[in-house]
Amino acid sequence: MEEVILRTEGLTKHYGGVHALENANFELRMGEHVAIMGDNGAGKSTFVRQITGVEQRTSGKVIFGGQEVHFKGPLDARQAGIETVFQNLALADDLDVPSNLFLGREKIWLNLGPFSILDFKGMRAATEKALLRTAVKIPNLGNSIRKMSGGQRQCVAIARTATFASKLIIMDEPTAALGVQETTQVENIIRTLKANGEPLIIISHNMRQVFDLADRIVVFRRGRIVANLLKHETSGEDVVAYITGAKTGAEYADAA
Amino acid sequence: MAQATHGVGGLKYDASKRARPAELNVFVALLLITAVFEILGRLVIGDSFLFNTRENVVGLFNQQRLEVIILQVSIVGIIAIGVTQVIITGGIDLSSGSIVGATAMIAMSFAQVAIVNGNPNPKAIFPELGWLDLPVIVPILVGMGCGLIAGLINGSLIAYTRIPPFIATLGMMVAARGMSRWWSTGNPISFPTESYAAIGKGLMPVVIFITLAILFQLIMSYTKYGRHCYAIGSNEEAARISGIKVEHHKVLVYVIAGVLASVAALVLSSKNLTAQAGMGVMYELDAIAMTVIGGASLAGGRGSIIGTVIGALIFGVIISGFTFLKLDAYYQEMVKGVIIVGAVVLDQWRQRRQAIGG
Ligand SMILES: Nc1ncnc2c1ncn2[C@@H]1O[C@H](COP(=O)(O)OP(=O)(O)O)[C@@H](O)[C@H]1O
Ligand SMILES: [Mg+2]
Repeated sequence: MEEVILRTEGLTKHYGGVHALENANFELRMGEHVAIMGDNGAGKSTFVRQITGVEQRTSGKVIFGGQEVHFKGPLDARQAGIETVFQNLALADDLDVPSNLFLGREKIWLNLGPFSILDFKGMRAATEKALLRTAVKIPNLGNSIRKMSGGQRQCVAIARTATFASKLIIMDEPTAALGVQETTQVENIIRTLKANGEPLIIISHNMRQVFDLADRIVVFRRGRIVANLLKHETSGEDVVAYITGAKTGAEYADAA
Repeated sequence: MAQATHGVGGLKYDASKRARPAELNVFVALLLITAVFEILGRLVIGDSFLFNTRENVVGLFNQQRLEVIILQVSIVGIIAIGVTQVIITGGIDLSSGSIVGATAMIAMSFAQVAIVNGNPNPKAIFPELGWLDLPVIVPILVGMGCGLIAGLINGSLIAYTRIPPFIATLGMMVAARGMSRWWSTGNPISFPTESYAAIGKGLMPVVIFITLAILFQLIMSYTKYGRHCYAIGSNEEAARISGIKVEHHKVLVYVIAGVLASVAALVLSSKNLTAQAGMGVMYELDAIAMTVIGGASLAGGRGSIIGTVIGALIFGVIISGFTFLKLDAYYQEMVKGVIIVGAVVLDQWRQRRQAIGG
């Protein structure tokens, strides 16, 4: 359990004058589930985008699986084994479920470069398998996902991470737009991941959920990490105090 | 669980939950519009639009009219195949008509014969260069090269400088038209070799159109390229995050559109046995109209080559329907304008209906 799968050192991202992320030092160990909390605009999604190669960091280091990494794009990160459910879902509304699951890394039946012929059967079979894990109800995989419910779409996005062998899964507010039942489904998937020893970072505003699922809670405020709390050593009140700025972790005093 | 059904998660596969292909609606529209002209024909001029009414000709249908309809849309149809791909990725191409003009001029000047009726070709454009009696592959390759270069410029501008497609291809539209005027200082180019003249002879335009349509329908449905076109048009950011090389892909799409426009130019100039600087004016709008009538969305993500072929037929039926009703050519131009704007209004309406979940 001791091996560190992901570490960031001084990770920083500025958008022009906006210091969205400042000097973030973060660590995730094998099998660990960490929740990231913080107000809107605290820099949580920005943090995820720097780790997953969606954007290029201003400065700092990302160490993944013991090696410093410089992902040039999201595909690099995925190939290294980081699967992400982005906050804005990153689904193509006009495509069907299998096409969305395999977007950007389609199964190929005959390799002809850009005109490679797709392996529809293989993708459909893998999709059915992946969706079984999410227990989502989808009447027809061949329809475009445009008219699906928020929960169904979220499950498609999550099934996508479950389809591919991964070393780390990141979910940015996966249940923010979901109903109670759908939220339970997603939480069950996360518990399964925990049981399988797969490390996870989950961003959430839902205190109950965080205390249910995570081993550790990291709080972001105004682009900085202000607390790193073991779940059984803290309380909801405590976390709220860190989020709002009433409190700052001793080791982060300079960040306040 | 994962039996022969496509339902997942305890839900039975429900055939009624299967979306109806959009092409079906377009096809029904084609039938309806044809029926309207049939009825109007019988009422207004007492003749049949679709069926054979002449005693001295055998056959149920008016074969001649059907041939004219499909022949007149074939050349623009070839362009529309490329425009469909552009529109599916969420772009637009206003340059295709001008690419037709430039390609026709340039390709034709490599396709001229040396001797006309025993005399040196009086219309030889560059006699001193000796570009005469060349094998037909030369003008074909030169022509497709023109389309490729134009498409490469369009695509690179759009993908790498982030100029909106509308502006980039508008620039190309003006520039390529200028090119076609400059090439022979405005003189038409004629007297092509026999093998060049064969490219667009008789029903060849139809054969080329249908062949390309089938090829690209297969590509759009079954290949990675097709899937990525829809993905980019549907959600460009998602496509990028998923690791699709959006910029490369866009360049490829505009190159294909450019090459298809140049193929149309080869067919057109061959069919007419001449190339003129004004060739292909407004073809881009006709092609866009065919595409949108065929069910493609200007917002991207939706459309198909089959749809566009049916859209082209609708376009052809309307134009020849008006000729059949003996309406003036001026009316036809106006009707074309109405069709183009109408297609876009239809698309807007479809988009709004999608947005409210209809
Ligand atoms: N692409 C961008 N350009 C400029 N500012 C941005 C960009 N993305 C995020 N920001 C800013 O960075 C800050 C952090 O945003 P974000 O990471 O989305 O917060 P969170 O996910 O914690 O709600 C906000 O102030 C936001 O406005
Ligand atoms: Mg966020």
